[in-house]
Amino acid sequence: MAISQETLKHLAHLARIELKPEELDTLSGQLKDVLDFIDKLKQLDTSKTTPTSHILPMNNVLRKDSPDKSLDITATMGNAPQKDGDFFVVPKIIV
Amino acid sequence: MELNTQAAHQLSNLLKEGQINSQDIVDALYRRIKATESRVCAYVRLKDTSLPKLGYPQDGVLSGIPVAIKDNICTEGLVTQCCSRILEGFRPPYDATVIRKLKKEGAVILTPKTNMDEFAFGSSTENSFFGPTHNPWDLRCVPGGSSGGSAAAVAADEAILALGSDTGGSIRQPAAFCGVVGMKPTYGRVSRYGLIAFASSLDQIGPFAKDVEDAALLMNVISGYDSNDSTSVNVSVPDYSMSLTNDVKGIKIGIPKEYFIEGMDPEVKKIVQEAIDKLKQFGAEYREVSLPHTEYAVPVYYIIATAEASSNLARFDGVQYGLRTLANSPSGQLMEMYKKTRGDGFGAEAKRRIMLGTFVLSHGYYDAYYLRALKVRTLIKQDFDKVFADFDCIITPTTPTPAFKIGEKVKDPLKMYLSDVYTISANLAGIPAISIPCGFTKQGLPVGLQILAKPFAEEMLFRVAYTYEQNTNWHTAKPKV
Amino acid sequence: MEYDVVIGLEVHLQLATRTKAFCSCSTVFGNAPNSQVCPVCLGFPGSLPVLNETALDYAIKVGLVLDCIIQEQTKFDRKNYFYPDLPKNYQISQYDLPLAKNGYLDIISENKTRRIGIRRVHLEEDAGKLIHRQNNSVVDFNRCGIALLEIVSEPDIKSPQEAYEYLTELKSILGYLEVSDCDMEKGSLRCDANVSLKEKGAGELGVKSELKNMNSFRAVKEALSFEVQRQSALLTSGGKIIQETRLWDEKKSETSPMRSKEEAQDYRYFPEPDLPLFVISEDKIQKIRESIPELPKEKMQRFIKDYGLSEYEAKILTASKKDADFAQECLGSYPDKNKKILVNFLIGPVLSEANNKNCIVVALGIKPQDLLELLRFLQQEQISYLTAKIVLTEMINTKNSAVNIIASKNLIQVSDSAELDGRIKAVIGENPKSVEDYRSGKVNALMFLVGQVMKKTSGKANPKVVQEILKEKIKNA
Repeated sequence: MAISQETLKHLAHLARIELKPEELDTLSGQLKDVLDFIDKLKQLDTSKTTPTSHILPMNNVLRKDSPDKSLDITATMGNAPQKDGDFFVVPKIIV
Repeated sequence: MELNTQAAHQLSNLLKEGQINSQDIVDALYRRIKATESRVCAYVRLKDTSLPKLGYPQDGVLSGIPVAIKDNICTEGLVTQCCSRILEGFRPPYDATVIRKLKKEGAVILTPKTNMDEFAFGSSTENSFFGPTHNPWDLRCVPGGSSGGSAAAVAADEAILALGSDTGGSIRQPAAFCGVVGMKPTYGRVSRYGLIAFASSLDQIGPFAKDVEDAALLMNVISGYDSNDSTSVNVSVPDYSMSLTNDVKGIKIGIPKEYFIEGMDPEVKKIVQEAIDKLKQFGAEYREVSLPHTEYAVPVYYIIATAEASSNLARFDGVQYGLRTLANSPSGQLMEMYKKTRGDGFGAEAKRRIMLGTFVLSHGYYDAYYLRALKVRTLIKQDFDKVFADFDCIITPTTPTPAFKIGEKVKDPLKMYLSDVYTISANLAGIPAISIPCGFTKQGLPVGLQILAKPFAEEMLFRVAYTYEQNTNWHTAKPKV
Repeated sequence: MEYDVVIGLEVHLQLATRTKAFCSCSTVFGNAPNSQVCPVCLGFPGSLPVLNETALDYAIKVGLVLDCIIQEQTKFDRKNYFYPDLPKNYQISQYDLPLAKNGYLDIISENKTRRIGIRRVHLEEDAGKLIHRQNNSVVDFNRCGIALLEIVSEPDIKSPQEAYEYLTELKSILGYLEVSDCDMEKGSLRCDANVSLKEKGAGELGVKSELKNMNSFRAVKEALSFEVQRQSALLTSGGKIIQETRLWDEKKSETSPMRSKEEAQDYRYFPEPDLPLFVISEDKIQKIRESIPELPKEKMQRFIKDYGLSEYEAKILTASKKDADFAQECLGSYPDKNKKILVNFLIGPVLSEANNKNCIVVALGIKPQDLLELLRFLQQEQISYLTAKIVLTEMINTKNSAVNIIASKNLIQVSDSAELDGRIKAVIGENPKSVEDYRSGKVNALMFLVGQVMKKTSGKANPKVVQEILKEKIKNA
C-alpha cells in the first residue's frame, strides 16, 4: 500500500521529526514495500480471535502508597540541555 | 593461556584459588581490546571511558568477573546512549536492576559499553551512530544485531561475559553469527527496569557467553522478580547450573516444517540437521511439527514493535536530556526544537520505524493494522502452546543464512527484516530461546542452533544445549582476529 | 428561535494519595521545584510504572458513590502527544475500558431533583507545571505523575446554574470520601466544559465548544453563560458555530479561541504494555463499598430527623465531612433535647470564625467538649451571647479553656437584682428623656437604657435581667 506524500508529512508531524525532501522520497518507497508485505495479514480471518495486548497471564501488580526518597536535584538536572536554577528551560510557549 | 580467552567459570576457580586477581583479568581484557578493537569495533566511546571500579564483594557468584554491557542498559553515572546521537552524553542517575544484581554478586561492570544498532533497531549493528561492528570470524561481515557489539566482544575474547537485549532476535541472531551462546529469557523472567525500551511487550535482557555453563551462571544472577517492573513475573528462579546435565534421553523435540523452506542457505540446513541428528544419537526423539502462522510473524512483529517503539521514543525531544537542536527563528520555537532535534538525532532506521509505528496506530488505520496484529499474535502463541503440549522443546536454525556482508542488506529494509524470521516468533509468544554454535560453513562462518521451550522452561534449554555442547567442540573454536 | 442548552462537564480530580500514580514520590504540595521526582515520573529512559494501590481503591470508591458500573477488568492505555510538561510525551490514561461507567449524580435545581448521567470515571497521571516567562518557559515536574481521576458527565446539564449545582454537589460528595481536596483554587479539582445549543425540541445536537481555564465554580457558570449567549447570538444572526476550544478570560469575562489547539489531535491510543490488566473482584468492591462513610444527603436527613434541625441548618452543618463529624459529636453530646442554642452558635459565631480564618471548623482547634463547656455557661445564662462570642475567639487564639477564660476575666454575668439595683437606678436617674420615650411607647429607648447599664457594669450585667428590672422600675415609678 502506498502512502501519499501528504500522509507522510502528517506522520512526520505527529512524530515531531523534520524530514528532508530526500528522506521523504526514500521513506515513501521503503514504507510502501514494508506495508505491502505487512498487508499479508489481511489473508487471515481474525474475526473470532481475541487480541493479545499482554502476553503474560498476570494481573493486578500494585504498589503500597508509601513515599520513598526522590532523586536529589543534581541527579535530576544533571542531563538537562538547558536549565535555570531548579527548572528545566524550554523555548517560550505561546498559549 | 591468556586470561581473556577463558570462560567465567574457569576464571572463578582461578580467583578462588588465589592464582589470579580481578585486576589481572581486566588487564588481559584491555590488552586484547587494544590489539583488536580497531578491527572489530565491538565497543563504543572507548577513549571517553574510565577504568572500571574493581572493589567488589568477594563472595559473590560473579566476584571479580568483568561483564560487558550493551549501550541500552542504564548504568548509573556512565554514559548510556543506545548508540544514538539523540541521547549523546546521557548519564542515567540510576542503575538498571540487572546492573544492581551484577554488582551485588561482585561482577565488574566494564565501562566501555558495547556497540548496537541505534535503539536496538536492526539486525546487523550497521545502524549505530558509531559505525558498524565487524564479525571477528570475517571482518567483512556483520556480527548480527542489534547486540552485535556484545556478541563480537565475547567471540573475540574482548569480553568474558556480556549482556544484550532481544526484541526480535537481537541476542540470538548475533550469537549465531558470531559463534557464541546467546539466550533470550521468558518474557518477564528478567527485569526490564533500566533497559531503554524498544518494544515494551517484547524486550528482554539476556546473556552472551562462551559456553552454556557461563550462560547459566549469568542467568542465575540477572533473573528474578523486580517490584519496579510491572511486567516482571513473581516466579522463583531455579539454580540453572543444576540443569547442566549431559542427558537428553527421552526428550521430545519438535522440528517445525515451516522453518526449513526455500530460500534457506543449504549449508545452514545441512549443519542444523546434523546437529539435530546428534541429539537423536544421545537419546532424544524428534518429529516434524507445524507452526502454521510462522509466515505472519514478521509482519506482526513489525507492526507491534514499531508501534510501541514510536511511543517509547517520543520522550527523546531535547527537553530533559540528550541532544537539543534549537530553532533558527524565534517563532514556533518549541515545535522546531522538537522536529529539528529528532530530525538531527535519529538515524535513518529509527526514523523509518517511528514513521511506520506512528502510521499503524494512527486514526483510521489502528484496526486494520495494530489491532489485527494483536489478534494474529494470539494465533502465533496458540501455535506454540499446541506444540509444547506434546513436545519438550522445539529446535530450528537460528538464522536462515550465515553472517552477510556489511552493506549487503542495509539499503533494503525489507530484506533486513526478513532475516529475522526464525527468531521473531519467540518474542511474540513470550517464550525462552537459546542459540548455541553448531558448526561452520565452508567459508568459516559460524552457524547457530536455536532451541525454544515453553514459558519459564529455561532449564530445558540449558539441559539440551549443554548436552549438545559437551559432545561437540564448536564452542572451543576461536576466530583468528 | 429558542434554543435548548446542552452542557457536559469533564472534571479532573487530583487524588489525595500520599504518593504518585505510578511511582513512590511524595505528592505534598509546595516544595522546591523538581524536588519530588524520580526516573519514573520524569520519564527517564528505562523507567517503568507501577500502579498505586490506594489510587485504584479511591477510583473504585468514587465510581461506587456515583452509582457506576465498576469494570471487572480494566486496563491502561497510552495517550500520545508532545508537550514539555509531559516527559514521556505520552500520558498513561484509560481509553476503551475505563474503571467505571454509566452512573449518575442527582442535583437539586429549581427545587426539582435532576439526574445527571455520569458517562465514565477513569484514572490517569497528571502532567508537570509549565511556567511562562518573558523569554522562555520553564517546567517543574513535582506535580507530574500525581494520580488524577477524570469524571465525565453525559451532556445532560441544561443550564449554567445546573452546572454550578453539579460541581457543588460533586465536591460535597467527593469531599466526604476524603479522596481529594476538591479545591478548584488549589488546582486539585479542574473542570472543562462542553456546551452547544440545539433548536428547542430538535433531536440533533449542535456543534459544541470546549471551554477551559475556569478557576472556580462561579467562573464555570459565568463562562458557560457567556458562551450560551455568544452561540445564541451567532446562530440567530445566521452564523455557524465552529467546533473549537475556547479559553475563559477572568479579567475580560469572555471566552476566546485557543490558538494552539486548532488541529484535531490524533492521540493514537493503544494498550499500555508496561502495565498488566487489572481485575477488580466482587470482594474488593464490597470491601470498598463498606468503607464509604455516610454521605452528605443521608447525614443531612439524619440531622433533621434525629436532632430536629431545619433543612437549611442541616445543609450548612453537613457541608464538609470533617465539620459534619464535629457537629455530630456536639449534637450527640449536647444535654438538651432542644439543640437550638448549639445549632445557632455553630452556624453563627463558630462558622464565622472559620470563615474569617479561611479554614474549616475543625482546623480552629476547638474540640466538641470545649465548645459544649462554653455553651453550658450560655445555657445557664451565666454569660451573655456577646460574651460567649468573645470567649470563643479567645479560646481559639489562646487554646485556653472556657472555664479558665471566664474565671480569669471575671466574665460571669451578674444576674442578681440586688447587685444590679444601684446601677439601674443610676441609669434611670441619668436618662430621664429615654425613660419618658419608653413610657410613650418607643421600645428602642428601653434598649438604649439596657445598653447604658451594660456600660456601667462593663458588660457583665445579664441584659435580660436588666431589661426586666428596668421595665418594672419604670412602670412602678
